Amino acid sequence: MQLRRRRQSRPAIRDFSRSARPSIRGYGMEVDSTDAEVSKRDRLVNNLQNLSVSDRVRMLRGMPLSVAEKSELSQIPCCSQLKYYIIIGARHSWYSWLNFLHSLQLWQVALKTVSGRFGTGVLSYFLFLKTLLFFNFFLFLVTGAFMVLPQAVHPPVLPAGRSSFSGLELLTGAGYFSDTVMYYGYYSNYTLRKSCRDDGGVQNVSLSNGTRLDCVSKHLSYNMPLAYFFTIGVAFFITCIILVYSMSKSFGQSFRIDKSHSILAMKVLCSWDFKVIKKTSVKLMSENISTQLKELLAEVNQKHVKNTACQKLWRLMVHGLAWTICIGSTTACVLKLQQSSRIADNNLLLTEASLLALPVVVSLINLLLPGLFNLAAWMEDYESPSVRTYVAICRNLMLKVSVLGLLCYHWLGRVAADPEDIGLKCWESFVGQELYRFLLMDFIFTLLDTLFGEFLWRLKVLKRRRKPVFDIARNVLELIYGQTLAWLGVLFTPLLPAVQIIKLFLLFYIKKSSVMMNCQAPRKPYRVSQMTTVFITLLCFPSFLGASVCVTITMWSITPSSSCGPFRELKTMFQAGKRWVEELEKDNPNLSVLARAHSYLVENPFFLFVGAGIFLIVIYFHSQVVDGQRKIISLLQEQIENVRHHLNTVYTALCNYEDNYKTN
Amino acid sequence: VCRETTVESSMKRDNKPNCPVLVPSVILHSRYRELAPHLVPLDYTNNPDIRVPLALIVAMPELKENPFRDRIVETFSEDGHGNLSFNDFVDMFSALCETSPRELKTIYAFKIYDFNRDSFICKEDLRKTLNKLTKGDLTPEEVTLVCDKSIEEADLDGDSKLSFSDFENMISKAPDFLSNFHVRI
Repeated sequence: MQLRRRRQSRPAIRDFSRSARPSIRGYGMEVDSTDAEVSKRDRLVNNLQNLSVSDRVRMLRGMPLSVAEKSELSQIPCCSQLKYYIIIGARHSWYSWLNFLHSLQLWQVALKTVSGRFGTGVLSYFLFLKTLLFFNFFLFLVTGAFMVLPQAVHPPVLPAGRSSFSGLELLTGAGYFSDTVMYYGYYSNYTLRKSCRDDGGVQNVSLSNGTRLDCVSKHLSYNMPLAYFFTIGVAFFITCIILVYSMSKSFGQSFRIDKSHSILAMKVLCSWDFKVIKKTSVKLMSENISTQLKELLAEVNQKHVKNTACQKLWRLMVHGLAWTICIGSTTACVLKLQQSSRIADNNLLLTEASLLALPVVVSLINLLLPGLFNLAAWMEDYESPSVRTYVAICRNLMLKVSVLGLLCYHWLGRVAADPEDIGLKCWESFVGQELYRFLLMDFIFTLLDTLFGEFLWRLKVLKRRRKPVFDIARNVLELIYGQTLAWLGVLFTPLLPAVQIIKLFLLFYIKKSSVMMNCQAPRKPYRVSQMTTVFITLLCFPSFLGASVCVTITMWSITPSSSCGPFRELKTMFQAGKRWVEELEKDNPNLSVLARAHSYLVENPFFLFVGAGIFLIVIYFHSQVVDGQRKIISLLQEQIENVRHHLNTVYTALCNYEDNYKTN
Repeated sequence: VCRETTVESSMKRDNKPNCPVLVPSVILHSRYRELAPHLVPLDYTNNPDIRVPLALIVAMPELKENPFRDRIVETFSEDGHGNLSFNDFVDMFSALCETSPRELKTIYAFKIYDFNRDSFICKEDLRKTLNKLTKGDLTPEEVTLVCDKSIEEADLDGDSKLSFSDFENMISKAPDFLSNFHVRI
């Protein structure tokens, strides 16, 4: 069958041959004579036959041929009829599975509505929220399957005098909830086994660590302390890997080695956001682009106005004042917090409602201080909007890091060190409850802020003519703060990821309806890919790193409480793993190698230092490679310039020679 | 005749229109049919040579307000006048999809901005692009200035128009291109 290409009226791309893929050089889309077309197509077909299936598919995906042609080309392999039908059948089922998955995609319609009206910038906030939801879902699955479920199925013997359920539990997390599977204190410190059938009415036989009863051991056993320790460790490890992977992927997409010279061309050809479909937003976007083009033209044309020394000094003073205000207010709030946390310790068991005082104060600080920072930034009057955004993020971050740092010191340094001083029997459950309260208060205050900040505009209480703009950076930082709390709390409250999932779910719908009803599209340009990289980096570095450092310190060096939880009677939580290895060694002396390896490698901090050192060396090496590539690119660009200049000279000389030749 | 053979044989094999992995076929077919229910049949096994005209396609909500809608549809049409068959329709949304490869998006973006279809983006093409983008907010002098400066910045081979490699080089430095050149369906 002779394959004849139909006449293409689509424009031909003659420069296709410069593509890096040698196999499609010369197979361009030229409208030549039909014979040339046919031979080219045959060559393409032959070439494709030599590739493996995945290579062929990848190459075809990048070629601007129509779907019918691609399907023709990809079905060429010289396989038998049976294999052919199997492939077709597999493709059918794959497509139907994809259709099903596509219909399941969470919030597909909602995201489309938001991006249609506000563009990619605001969409990135909602996509970030979706990412966090998946992280928490993964954590919930892991902790639920390995910790919560086994313990829920084998409930321990509870102490007498449990309080009954009153509504306040939902806010404080204490009371009825404190003796449930929600907190650390509920978990048993022994190996869970099924109850003895032949032993009459004894249910849930509890075993202490060393001794055994004769009736058990036929059924599966579940070492709770070990499971608790390893689940948390593995969950954090996998989250770390996923975070670093997504961070590097995002970084790769947004990082451009060469400082771009073609700003105007990029603005004209790459800045239109094709996702926006609402008429008013489209109008706004074209106004934005016009304004930016005018600013760029002004920049390119005029010389930069140099500031006099006096003006420079004035600007320096203004910046200094703004930073002093910000740092000063942060320090003042942190010191006040320290005082109130000490007072809260002393009045701890006074009333349940007083437990809410500290979270409320912290949430208020988180809400009001960024407003102060905005005022300071308005006073400073930055020219470049991206610098302004980065400064705002820095200040916000500084505030949240100091507040969280103080809280961690308060819990791990004071509460955990001396729990009897405050009258606590089980400090881990208390810390878990505190984190639950903080998470909840954060959610309630975000809700109130949305209501009063955005809905109130509708009532024209503040008499502002313009709708408020959705502050992407501030909202994303709040999400990161909430996620840090969730990561800090997983060790003490295994069900905290579930609370966070519910919170994020509700937050999505609240923020979406608020944005759709009350906000207008952002007026300033927003570099989406850079910002997304910054946010993922912030999620990985201060947030996840801080949480994992806290959890590691807790597991490594803090004494667990002696009367509750899976690690009672141990010196540190880490001992659970060590004790298991010792037991293994006792049962099977051949595993002594494992025990020795464990004691040398895992317990010795020297190994960790060496590992971290190697990691840093690898990173340094890669950064040097990137640096070198950058230099090569600039050298090559210089060469291109030189060659172009050279060619121009030769061409001019030739023209002159020709003119002279003609006249003579 | 040859075209019918191609489409017909591929249809008979799969019993429904070929669709790439990028966007589910069911959704695309229902959207295509919505545009012209009297024209587009439910069943594609008899190989209908149906093309939906330009005016109906640019009425889609995803394209209605886009200043480049005519150019986009013309680029993906076989006859160059904007009448899309179902295959062309699928091509269009696959190329504009989120997971579409960067090279493909670059090629089609170049074709869209090349108004006179001479495989170069010359000053006139840029002028038309700019007018569609800004809808008259810039004065004619500013438009000329922007076009001149853009060509100056991006033209590497010195022919005062942008060839595909110039365009590709410039796009590779724009980190937002991939996320901007995306139509959600």
